[in-house]
Amino acid sequence: MLEILGQLAQGFLIVFEAQNLLLIIGGCALGLFIGAMPGLGSVNGVAILLPLTFLVPPTGAIIFLAAIYYGAMYGGAISSIMLGIPGASTAVATTFDGRPLAKQGLADKALIGAAVASFVGGSISVVLFTFFAPPLAHVALVFGAPEEFALMMLAFATFVGLGSDDIFKTLFSICIGLVLSAVGFDIISGEPRLVLWDITGFLHGVNFLVLAIGIYGIGEMLWTVEEHALGGGKSMLSEATVSVARTFAALRELVKTWKSTVMGSLLGYFVGILPAAGATPGSLMAYGIAKQISREPEKFGNGAIEGVCAPEAANNAASTGSMLPMLTLGIPGSPTTAILLGGMVIWGLEPGPRLFVDHSEFVWGLIASLYAANLFTLLINIAFIPVFIKVLKTPFTILAPVIFTLCLIGGYAPTQDMHDVWLMIVFGIVGYLMRKLDYPLAPAVLAIVLGPLAEPALRQSLIISEGSFMIFFERVYAGPIMVVALLLLFLPVFKMIYDRVRKPQAERNAG
Amino acid sequence: MFKSQNTLRKVFCALGVSAILAGMPVIGHAWEPQKPVEFVVMAGKGGGADKAVRLLQSIIASEKMAPVPFTPVNKPGGSGAEALVHVNGKKGDNHTIMFTLNSFYTTPLRQPGLGVDITNFTPIARMAEDTFLLWVHSDRKDINNVDDFVKAAKAKGSKWIMAGTGKNSEDNLLTDFLNTAYDLKMKYVPYKGGGKVAKELAGKNADSTVNNPSEQLGFYEAGTTKALASFTDNRLPLFPDAPTFKEIGSDMVYYMQRTVVGAPGMSKEAAAYYDDLFTKVFNSAKWQEYRTKKSLQGDLLTGDALMSYWKRERDIHEVMLKKMGAIK
Repeated sequence: MLEILGQLAQGFLIVFEAQNLLLIIGGCALGLFIGAMPGLGSVNGVAILLPLTFLVPPTGAIIFLAAIYYGAMYGGAISSIMLGIPGASTAVATTFDGRPLAKQGLADKALIGAAVASFVGGSISVVLFTFFAPPLAHVALVFGAPEEFALMMLAFATFVGLGSDDIFKTLFSICIGLVLSAVGFDIISGEPRLVLWDITGFLHGVNFLVLAIGIYGIGEMLWTVEEHALGGGKSMLSEATVSVARTFAALRELVKTWKSTVMGSLLGYFVGILPAAGATPGSLMAYGIAKQISREPEKFGNGAIEGVCAPEAANNAASTGSMLPMLTLGIPGSPTTAILLGGMVIWGLEPGPRLFVDHSEFVWGLIASLYAANLFTLLINIAFIPVFIKVLKTPFTILAPVIFTLCLIGGYAPTQDMHDVWLMIVFGIVGYLMRKLDYPLAPAVLAIVLGPLAEPALRQSLIISEGSFMIFFERVYAGPIMVVALLLLFLPVFKMIYDRVRKPQAERNAG
Repeated sequence: MFKSQNTLRKVFCALGVSAILAGMPVIGHAWEPQKPVEFVVMAGKGGGADKAVRLLQSIIASEKMAPVPFTPVNKPGGSGAEALVHVNGKKGDNHTIMFTLNSFYTTPLRQPGLGVDITNFTPIARMAEDTFLLWVHSDRKDINNVDDFVKAAKAKGSKWIMAGTGKNSEDNLLTDFLNTAYDLKMKYVPYKGGGKVAKELAGKNADSTVNNPSEQLGFYEAGTTKALASFTDNRLPLFPDAPTFKEIGSDMVYYMQRTVVGAPGMSKEAAAYYDDLFTKVFNSAKWQEYRTKKSLQGDLLTGDALMSYWKRERDIHEVMLKKMGAIK
């Protein structure tokens, strides 16, 4: 314990060097911008800026890139809340309730909620990182295919209650997402599949952001255009204001949501340390569970502040968590850390169990910088909230083309393929029609994120077990997770039976 | 009058400048890229190939070897099919190059519908050949050589799990080799990416792997995994205690190329420029250091020598894929 504190102090000495401090502040600000730009996201931001870091020593370079990663996690929430376009895949869950809040003129509350929850998530996770890195690295190591699948089942289970009450419409939406997630290349059989109409653009699969920006960004635009036309030219959003009094009122309300925020932080961190999962499933799961544990689940989707806090806490916690397998195992916990690993190769560092011993100044400098980055992003973010609110006062006729352009850029940026832009527009129209017909969209988004993680894990497990499903129940970690997932999955059924039995009785009693 | 004179002077001026500009290439380099070069990667972000490309990019940028930046573009779709089709469609483009693996041979063989003939691409430079070794967990005290390995794997039959990167990949070829040569029934489980495969072995979710050294290095240095033998011509300097399969009587030699390829029909001058550039990169201290650290083999190959190497390798892979039943 004392040894850890000593090393952390060493790390802080590195962080407080003038150059490193500047790199953190610069990285946080840049990350906020990158995260807020739809489609840019932390993966592309870090990849683009990687060559810049050849100019500074490795510790400075990783501190800079980690600050960008961190800042982008906050930034993603900004466009999710204000424009209804997820700034990054990690911020999709934030649109579910952030957007309705903004429409009700409560954008300031949502933004403050996102900032504070991010700060809490970041803080909890970095403390966990500091003190429990080795045992958690061990968990990440023994987590095999059956455990991964069990975890994905848990994620699906938390989302069952997310759609409308119409269970068939929810299932339909999940199926669409699953089919889209299967497009492209199947690593288990080594064959291309569902390459629709032999268009080569489908070979790389359907990018998750293309679907999310399509149905949320473009779909939302079409929806608003309709409302706007019928509503006789009123503004796209309710007027939002920001004041000290409103801020304090929002903060007081946030205190009440501590349960969701802490749950999101812990969950996000844990999902983050598991290789290949990353912040996106973490934040979606946190949203699902926040709804499950809430006393007023019906408020979710219509502007529940917990629906903003839980995923935002989770995505920041997950970004810290995903550094753990990167440093200790040399495998990425998220797409962004995959790029950071590439950076470590360039800087001549070998990630793996020896890194903590051989390059402790690098590791502890990075950990200490996360504490600092967390604080700086919170301050920068709070300071800019009045500016963001101003943007919302822009007339719809100006804002709409800007949003549309941002959506197009967001669809193009990840793959740099026009095919994805056309696809996104198609999804936008389909998403709009689905919304008109009252189909829930969130399950489709969840399915396209989790499908590519769940499917290989399921098939790998079954290859190992020679087709026996018992593999999911016999293992130390997989078993309990799977049992909880199944219980959650059938919770609505139990509820239904319970209600059927109870209600007539209640009526009889009343009568 | 005055005005037209002025115009005339401008025209002459412009003519003079363009004459100088046109003459410049003759004075300086024969050809130089005029805009950023698109450096296509046949794999996703963060994989072994991607890391190598970002290192090449950093060497070119930090040693100021080129007047323009080289921008990595990942096209991982369809086991390299997406990248091959993309570059194949850029006939005569002098600003598109690609970093390739062995899927450069196997993907066009397995998917003839793509219409890709690799001999149409412009050979630039083979920067290295990566090597393969047979790995087990260090806790397996009973396994210290290939004989022990065969005994243990035989005892477990089809419950012995070999993890690898994707079906019909390099790892799958080698697993099939081992199964046939030693009469084993190891079960091959495909994962996404060599790093994941390495982790499955370290976490004891797999019994063995045939990872590249770079993928296992972290665990090997920490003493978690050990190498039993290598699929190379000679013992690797990093693993002096691991014999080659040749030494112990099975003729298994297999490498993974790491080669820079140009778009089909690239101009001779441009090809010569890239040859020259990547020869410089190959000889740079940073690339040599990376080769040593990651235990990479294979000399620099360019031009016609590289093309005949491709043809030879493609024929070898065709035979192997037929044996596996992956193609007819």
